[in-house]
Amino acid sequence: MKKLVVILASLLAAAPVAASNDHDQACAVADNLVTADFGFPHVAAAIAAKKLTIVVIGSSSSALLDPTGTNRGYPARLEAALAAKLPGVAVKVIAYAKPRETAADMEKHFAQMLAADKPALVVWQTGTVEAMLRSDVDDFRAVLDDGINALQQAQADVVLMNQQYSPRTELMTSSALYADAMRFVALQHQIPLFDRQAVMRHWGELGTFDLNQATKKIDTAVRVHDCIGRLLGRLILDAANLPSSPDHAVQ
Amino acid sequence: MMLTKPLTRKGIQALSRSGEAAVAAPPPASAAAPPFERDLRLDLFRGIALWLIFLDHIPSNVVSLFTIRNYGFSDATEIFVFISGYTAAFVYGRAMRERGLLIAGARMLKRAWQIYVAHIFLFVIYMAEIAYVSKSFENPLYNEEMGIFDFLRQPDVTLVQALLLKFKPANMDVLPLYITLLACFAPFIWLLLRRPTLALAASALVYALNWNFDWNLPSYPEGTWVFNPLAWQLLFGFGAWCALGGARKLDRLINSRVTLGLAVAYLAFAFAIVMTWTFPRYAHYVPRWLSDWMYPIDKTNLDVLRFAHFLALAILTVHFLPKDWPHLKSPLLRPALLCGQHSLEIFCLGVFLAFAAHFVLEEISASIETQVAVSVAGVLIMSAAAGLMSWYKKIESQRPGSRRPPDADLAGGEA
Repeated sequence: MKKLVVILASLLAAAPVAASNDHDQACAVADNLVTADFGFPHVAAAIAAKKLTIVVIGSSSSALLDPTGTNRGYPARLEAALAAKLPGVAVKVIAYAKPRETAADMEKHFAQMLAADKPALVVWQTGTVEAMLRSDVDDFRAVLDDGINALQQAQADVVLMNQQYSPRTELMTSSALYADAMRFVALQHQIPLFDRQAVMRHWGELGTFDLNQATKKIDTAVRVHDCIGRLLGRLILDAANLPSSPDHAVQ
Repeated sequence: MMLTKPLTRKGIQALSRSGEAAVAAPPPASAAAPPFERDLRLDLFRGIALWLIFLDHIPSNVVSLFTIRNYGFSDATEIFVFISGYTAAFVYGRAMRERGLLIAGARMLKRAWQIYVAHIFLFVIYMAEIAYVSKSFENPLYNEEMGIFDFLRQPDVTLVQALLLKFKPANMDVLPLYITLLACFAPFIWLLLRRPTLALAASALVYALNWNFDWNLPSYPEGTWVFNPLAWQLLFGFGAWCALGGARKLDRLINSRVTLGLAVAYLAFAFAIVMTWTFPRYAHYVPRWLSDWMYPIDKTNLDVLRFAHFLALAILTVHFLPKDWPHLKSPLLRPALLCGQHSLEIFCLGVFLAFAAHFVLEEISASIETQVAVSVAGVLIMSAAAGLMSWYKKIESQRPGSRRPPDADLAGGEA
């Protein structure tokens, strides 16, 4: 429904934007799909203390290396976007993106990561490997539950990020099952979900980015990651500005 | 009907109590054969369910935003499984009464075999498309997702696992469920003809036990079946129970004002909750205790909330759409009716058309106009194919010396 509203609105208003090829506006096409539904008190505190450390933990779709070996993935773009919006704050985004890691694999690194980096926010990107393996959805949910509890106990805010929208492989994975599981877990823990799948699907449908092309070139991928980094940055700042939810206040 | 999770066990006890009453009653209700007139509503709603399943199976289809799964807990799968249970009981219950357990059981196995063959046929088509797509797939953005094609490198394992119904590509989970249910259905029907309430209670008991023990069949490469047969058998069994006289027992309950009120209230509640998924900014209006109790709403194990949502929909449908509703014969509804009457063929065609639609969206255009076009075209093709099959069947049955068409068609569609 929301998607429908967004699509209709975009068709009416944003069609020239997509055609104008302006990168900022291309990112903005999906702006309405990214909302900070719950607050980030720890991020707010970290910004006030002028030092914001964010950890991105995910699988290989959280990284993008260009031929020179420079990382053009969204975590680096997130750092740049936040640094630009938060002058005077030392923003650091540390990314752990390992190929073929499931949520359970990632959770094993949490203790070490929390101790080493002391992040105010953890972006947990997962679901892709589970969808490819068709893992048990209940188990996936249980791992997410445990992991989020561990992160919250360590005084970190959490945002979940679901799979990329990948039109060519959509028929092969029941990705919706895992995306649904992530949405439920996020609602249950009252943490935001960055719905990467919906955002990218929207871009694909409107032709903002051609996600269907067979290519070895990296330029579209770079632009997609850049937009995701910026949208995620906007979500984080919005969430930091929200009054914290009653549950957080109790904690 | 408002069902709550903790109440279900009480519900089961109540069912088994009334089961005892039924057991005590002299010659079971089955002695008086239920009427075998055709209920067109079954055809209609199965046809609509087949369309909805087709629309939901096209990945990223804007038309699927209008299907019922976006407005409540349950979706077209529930409708399909319930009606399939209903018609299976109708057809094979009659066969069992006339010819005995052995013959009817053999017929059901034969039908399960036919569905198995249809499933494997679809799998071959699927493999052909995947193999084609994988050849032209290269994009640095999707380095990770390309791993999904790995299974093509080991056809030996993949094919054997598919034949064992363990490797099931996305959207190909419904037929294996149907095969399993039908293959194990004969003893249930046998009991249903003798002690209907006991049979239903047994089905509910399996559901409840599964709930506690988390049984499920294994899948390949990992995980379990997307539609757990031990949970979904409840809906299939409930459909069967309704077909063999249960629906009449529920008549008064269904038409009571209290039940209707509860059904409307529950549908409104489900709608409000589902809206907080589409618009998460309203999610904080859902109290913490409610979300803790309610989530996850599990499709694999047919969550009680989903089952209740289907019941509420069914109650309202049965109440407001009587069996002799004149519009059931209107030409406007005829395409859906025809599709519902050839459900296996049309279901398979729908799965194939969803593949084809995906192919068009990938290779030609993924625009919203194309999405609408392939959706409409798919529904039209399904209707035309069903019309053709009906026509052919009619012509064949009119040939001198030919036997009447199989009973299955007269009983509100094939099983």
